[in-house]
Amino acid sequence: MAQNEFWQGNKAIAMGAIAAGCRFFGGYPITPSTEIMEVMSEELPKLGGKFVQMEDEIGGIASALGASIAGKKAMTASSGPGISLKQELLGFGYIAEIPIVVADVMRGGPSTGLPTKVSQADVMQAKWGTHGDHGTIAYAPCSIPECYNITIKAFNMAERFRQPVLVMADEVIGHMREKITIPEPGTYKVVDRKKPTVAPDDFIPYRPDEDDVPPMPAFGDGYRWHVTGLTTNEWGFPTNDAPDIDLKANRIVRKVDRFRDDIVEYREDFMEDAEIVVVSYGSVSRSSLRAIRELREQGVKVGHFRPITIWPFPDKEIEAFSKRVKCIIVPELNAGQMVREVERAVKANCEVISKTLINGELYKPAEIMSFIKEVA
Amino acid sequence: MPREDVKKLLRSKFMPHIWCPGCGHGIIMHAILRAIADLQIPKEKVCISSGIGCSSRMPGYIDACTLHTAHGRSLAFATGVKMANPELTIVNVMGDGDGTAIGGNHFIHACRRNIGITAIVMNNNIYGMTGGQASPTTPEGAFAATAPYGAIDPTFDVCKLAQGAGATYVARTTVANPVQCTQFIKKAIEHQKKGFAVVEIVSFCHTQFGRKNKRSRPTDNVKWLKEHTVLKAQADKMTPEELEGKIICGEFLNVENAREYTDRYNDVIARAQGKK
Repeated sequence: MAQNEFWQGNKAIAMGAIAAGCRFFGGYPITPSTEIMEVMSEELPKLGGKFVQMEDEIGGIASALGASIAGKKAMTASSGPGISLKQELLGFGYIAEIPIVVADVMRGGPSTGLPTKVSQADVMQAKWGTHGDHGTIAYAPCSIPECYNITIKAFNMAERFRQPVLVMADEVIGHMREKITIPEPGTYKVVDRKKPTVAPDDFIPYRPDEDDVPPMPAFGDGYRWHVTGLTTNEWGFPTNDAPDIDLKANRIVRKVDRFRDDIVEYREDFMEDAEIVVVSYGSVSRSSLRAIRELREQGVKVGHFRPITIWPFPDKEIEAFSKRVKCIIVPELNAGQMVREVERAVKANCEVISKTLINGELYKPAEIMSFIKEVA
Repeated sequence: MPREDVKKLLRSKFMPHIWCPGCGHGIIMHAILRAIADLQIPKEKVCISSGIGCSSRMPGYIDACTLHTAHGRSLAFATGVKMANPELTIVNVMGDGDGTAIGGNHFIHACRRNIGITAIVMNNNIYGMTGGQASPTTPEGAFAATAPYGAIDPTFDVCKLAQGAGATYVARTTVANPVQCTQFIKKAIEHQKKGFAVVEIVSFCHTQFGRKNKRSRPTDNVKWLKEHTVLKAQADKMTPEELEGKIICGEFLNVENAREYTDRYNDVIARAQGKK
């Protein structure tokens, strides 16, 4: 029997993580993501998993990285200033190639900003927040079932590509409650990291397979290897040698780029004959869809495109429809972050209109409707 | 020359090491390796973790599961490693700046949790790698790249800090006494079953600290350490004035009946599963 629940987004993220096999959570309390860690503190020990409330945000991600190195699927979660604090160690995860999932329930900023209010201001932080180049995988769920399913996917991608993956909900999605039908185990895919197949003495820790991802043993598995935040050669040892640096630095960008089509996800509604397209994500997409449905009844040819992965950005897909539409409207809860990516994708094929809201409120369907009517 | 069982713990492939000739840190690494060899812990079950700095480069040279983390964060990473696999023996090495400045918060909380990790604080009173800036253990009046007129910041007593924060094994020695280094490290590793153990080992940096403070040769520093060492038994009979500027060496705390954090977490699991 399928089990129905009435859950908050934050609970769905936590339960999705557990369904994906997450058995360690390290974190620090912060609004509006705290419920994720509260649920983890209750649920993980029931399964023999471990939870630790760390002394700060940096400790939260550090402990998750440590647990992953020791073989557990691991997670941390935060919001706003907490995500800013975690940035250095996100970089550690990228360079040392340690799978973890980081949930970011976005709130208003900069700094302490608006702890209890919604925003989508971490779009660029997710991509460029830590110093240095790396591939980025980040999802923006828009419903409670999606919080659950996307968190499972985020773990699968983290394990497949050996790197941090972000689940970027926002305050509205994190705190909203909605019905969710829990998928039966076995009905969804669960990916585990590749383990080395060679004997410990023949193991070269950072020699990648054909897919650019090296297999990863756990500390304690019998393999002895070195993990560092320095740029290394394939032995995992620090290098200042330009050809070795080239291999490593480019590989951690390329391993995501070349499988971009396997990662990118989006949803299209009313797009077949659309002349106007709204591109929106997360909580805003719910207001957009409501507005679009009403305008469709009035005969307005408007469609909706929702990036589910905000990184990698669905640029090819947006470029494709931009050749046949009149204009694209991008409403978002920041001063205009994703719109730049949309403009980059559109290559001036059509007009792109940016709509921004940074007062802590969510766009109402009526406001989105008026944006569409302005150009209809 | 190192013993044969110690040599087997080295990644000679990754040498030469980065330490200056005559650096005190090699003595500490050798003592750690002797302790692991003496205790006969299989190297694939040993995790050596560290942060950033000269001392923190040590894990790279040890043939075990080694984890060179970010500046100050080693104990937070090690906490995750230990929680995920309590069977691992974790020796966490850190410098005075790494462990008590940028990593001070993780240090006191690892003490408070009493998690089964052995923390070796390699105290050379300076930020060596970045060129000799003052650290929280640079003595008042000493010169440093960022204290050209002499340091005025009071120092941390690492052992008192560890005891105050809840560590259950705390000891101090210096690199002038390698035998005692091995002895305390062995006890601190064995203490992992009971909780968090701290061994402060006073090292030296003749290159950065020494050349600004009239101890520019390694031998000047070893001599200085010997002259300023006071054993705890003696120190207990001395006045604070007599102890001014001295390095008190010995075991300050060894709580035999302490309960380690991952062991206590098993109680949480039992309660969550309705078994307790």
